[in-house]
Amino acid sequence: MFDTNELVLNMGPQHPSTHGVLRVVLRLDGEKVVDSDVVIGYLHRGIEKLSENRNWTQIILLTDRMDYVAAAINNVGYCETVEKLMSLEVPRRARYVRTILCELQRIASHCLWVGTHAMDIGAMTVFLYAFRERELILDLFEEFCGARLTYNSMRIGGLPLDIPPGWDKKVLEFCKIMDSKIDEYEELLTHNRIWLERTRGIGVISGPHAVALGLSGPPLRGSGVPRDVRKDEPYAAYDEMQFDVPIGLAGDTYDRYLVRMEEFRQSLRIIRQGTEGIPEGPIVGKVPRLIKPPAGETYHAIESPKGELGYFIVSDGKSTNPYRFRVRPPSFCNLQGLRTLIKGHLIADVVALIGSLDVVLGEVDR
Amino acid sequence: MIDQFVIPLLKIVIVLNATLVAVSYMVLLERKVIAWAQSRLGPMRVGPYGILQPVADAVKLMIKEDITPVRADRWVFTAAPIISMVPALIVYAVIPFGPKVSLFGRQVSLSITDVNVGLLYVVSVASVGVYGIILAGYASNSKYPLLASLRASAQLISYEVAVTLTLVSVVLMAGTLSMVSIVDAQYNGRVWFAFVQPVAFVVFFIGALAETNRAPFDMPEAEQELTGGFHTEYSGMRFALFFLAEYANVIVASSVATTLFLGGWLRPFPNVAMLRFLGFIPSWTWFLIKSFVFLYIFIWVRATLPRYRYDQLMRLGWKVLIPLAIANLVVTGIVKVLLS
Amino acid sequence: MAEAPKPPEPVATTAPKAAAHPPKAAAPIGPPDQPPPADKPLPAFIASLQAALPGAVSQISFWVGDWTIIIPAARILDVAQHLRNAPDASFDFCSDVTATDWPPRAERFDIIYCLYSTRYRHRVRVKAKAGELEPVASVTGIWPAADWLEREVYDMFGVNFVGHPDRRRILMPEDWQGFPQRKDYPLEGPGELLMENPLDWLKLRQARDEADIE
Repeated sequence: MFDTNELVLNMGPQHPSTHGVLRVVLRLDGEKVVDSDVVIGYLHRGIEKLSENRNWTQIILLTDRMDYVAAAINNVGYCETVEKLMSLEVPRRARYVRTILCELQRIASHCLWVGTHAMDIGAMTVFLYAFRERELILDLFEEFCGARLTYNSMRIGGLPLDIPPGWDKKVLEFCKIMDSKIDEYEELLTHNRIWLERTRGIGVISGPHAVALGLSGPPLRGSGVPRDVRKDEPYAAYDEMQFDVPIGLAGDTYDRYLVRMEEFRQSLRIIRQGTEGIPEGPIVGKVPRLIKPPAGETYHAIESPKGELGYFIVSDGKSTNPYRFRVRPPSFCNLQGLRTLIKGHLIADVVALIGSLDVVLGEVDR
Repeated sequence: MIDQFVIPLLKIVIVLNATLVAVSYMVLLERKVIAWAQSRLGPMRVGPYGILQPVADAVKLMIKEDITPVRADRWVFTAAPIISMVPALIVYAVIPFGPKVSLFGRQVSLSITDVNVGLLYVVSVASVGVYGIILAGYASNSKYPLLASLRASAQLISYEVAVTLTLVSVVLMAGTLSMVSIVDAQYNGRVWFAFVQPVAFVVFFIGALAETNRAPFDMPEAEQELTGGFHTEYSGMRFALFFLAEYANVIVASSVATTLFLGGWLRPFPNVAMLRFLGFIPSWTWFLIKSFVFLYIFIWVRATLPRYRYDQLMRLGWKVLIPLAIANLVVTGIVKVLLS
Repeated sequence: MAEAPKPPEPVATTAPKAAAHPPKAAAPIGPPDQPPPADKPLPAFIASLQAALPGAVSQISFWVGDWTIIIPAARILDVAQHLRNAPDASFDFCSDVTATDWPPRAERFDIIYCLYSTRYRHRVRVKAKAGELEPVASVTGIWPAADWLEREVYDMFGVNFVGHPDRRRILMPEDWQGFPQRKDYPLEGPGELLMENPLDWLKLRQARDEADIE
């Protein structure tokens, strides 16, 4: 009767809810997404190519610029990969501090996520609350390494500096504050009827499907796959920590939300154990003056707040820079699932789903 | 001569200016209240505690470049903000801020006019404002505003039904369409209609949130989804008109709610003699206080709740609010017949 | 979404480019694939792979705890299929697809698949050696996760994936010339090589932009 046409809507790269410079080209039937094309690359800086032309220590600060909301975790991942390649022993104290930093960073990243995700769905107060707590973590990092966003806080073989005196007390104090603040976020969201309606049953993905699509981290665990690199392939001092891996059942946006909220608490648990049990000892292992790993290649993965962050590094054993430096960015692989997730949903859900995947474009594009 | 022209004109000038000032301060109030809810300070730079912020905003908006997109429908694009703004202002003509008072030896009623179809006038004029949004979305010739205006038309038309149905039950209670008489009816009935018509009151409030495009029903602007919605392509003073119209509508909704459900200018418990000492407070103060409470709740809701999705909003409107309003109307009618 | 511009076919890099930026020292001609030490037992899935697909595995390497299976590019689909479906392997999670470039070698690309099994929690790397223009079968049918990863490898190295549902550039602009991660691609970018005749280039762009507006 009527002639209907699909509407092509270009969302991004300048759009308030695409978390940076993501562009999604949507084909709409009314407000329903028929198909989509996710376009990335607007923030491509060639970090891989750059790294192949820098020496091994200089790369640490390039890794900061990938997932800039969890820079310390990138540092740890890179340093551990090089240590693996060189078969270096890292002192236990350094491994503990790394674990604490990683978990602090995970909380900071999740704070940013819960704020922006809630903001995308229209609850703007959570955003300000979450940033208030993130500020405390940034202060802790500032005290540890002097920087607030891109830390350059690791060295191959250990840490650049020992923790400042009294820092561990402040970390414990922060844990105490954070405990009640997580309840505050949950009060605003978890049982809110509008929040439930907006997130339940949205972007459902089954466990096997999520694995096939290469999702990792909270989006994978939200679908009920108990995969956490911290548990499965422990690094740093995670093998000495007691913590649980929360998983969801339904695999929808709400479960991904719940998984991350629980991860806040598990991270606090790890931080408490780590801070109370920091062993005495050196902070750097026996590292040669000139870092030049023997010829060989390795892939090493750690659990970033977004998922499995892997580094694949090839050393030719001759030069002071890696022959090949490759990052497996979790956001990149998670974002790949967006097209599947948003099919058949409304524009409002597209925004919610981008938020629920928690992508950082600096890492997607590198 | 004086009664016919000068006094009404004076009243119009006062109300119009007061409204515009109120609207701009409503913006400041919103920013402040939301800031406090979010443990921030809000605007603090312009004037003490930021109280001159509205002035700065107005100056800024006026000197901004006024952009018309190349492919916009020029006339409609210009007309849309006006269509949006004017109804929001002329609704104030029938809103009674107080009873008749004697001023310089004259009996002056504290409303611009009191027509016997006041409520009908409010409903019909307020619904014209929707056209502003729809036309803005159409005239911008851009996809986001178009989607927003489609949302707006669906949303406003369906919530109009629920809101109007609740008003009908109030009219049934009062037996009149005149705004002044409705307040009088609450005085004579010794009770605010909010207490005898709680369902209508709640439905009206939720409907008013949707009618005025306020969170959690701010679908047509939905910044995070539609990048500003219908006013995406507007800038400068034209944008400001939409902005003012929204807040003017919020104040209208609060005033109407106050008049219909909270006894307008009446003090609390108007028939209780013990509280007569409250009489020294001018009646219009009560009206303003009650409206302010509504405004505060509007802002509070915005600071707290996430946004509904478009289809959920329609479901809420058609499947919950309208049946509730109809049922309420039927029950009101039956009870009214049985009691008389 | 009108028809997307046809992505450039992978082309052999010309000699002048390499000459403009000569490699510093003698470039290594291949990755050091250390063989496993004699006392290290072979994991069961590699043994069964060798048994199931004789001749597919050309070499096995073990270094700092990682197993690598080295295969010729022609066999990638068989091997992937086996590793995905064999009950003792069941590598259902494709962590990463990437490549390394060894220009002096005849088969200049190593395409590396990092696989993980969510069932057994073990990892393996598969390394396929491919020549510059040699077609490499896409594994997107086996692991949908490889979709974007292969697009990136194509974008960065110009590996000639065939059977990929949507082989476009992903990180670089669609009209980009050359493949940035190749070792003979200069770090500073193509520079004046691309701008030999800037006016032509500009005209081309303008024509396209105007076509877009219409």
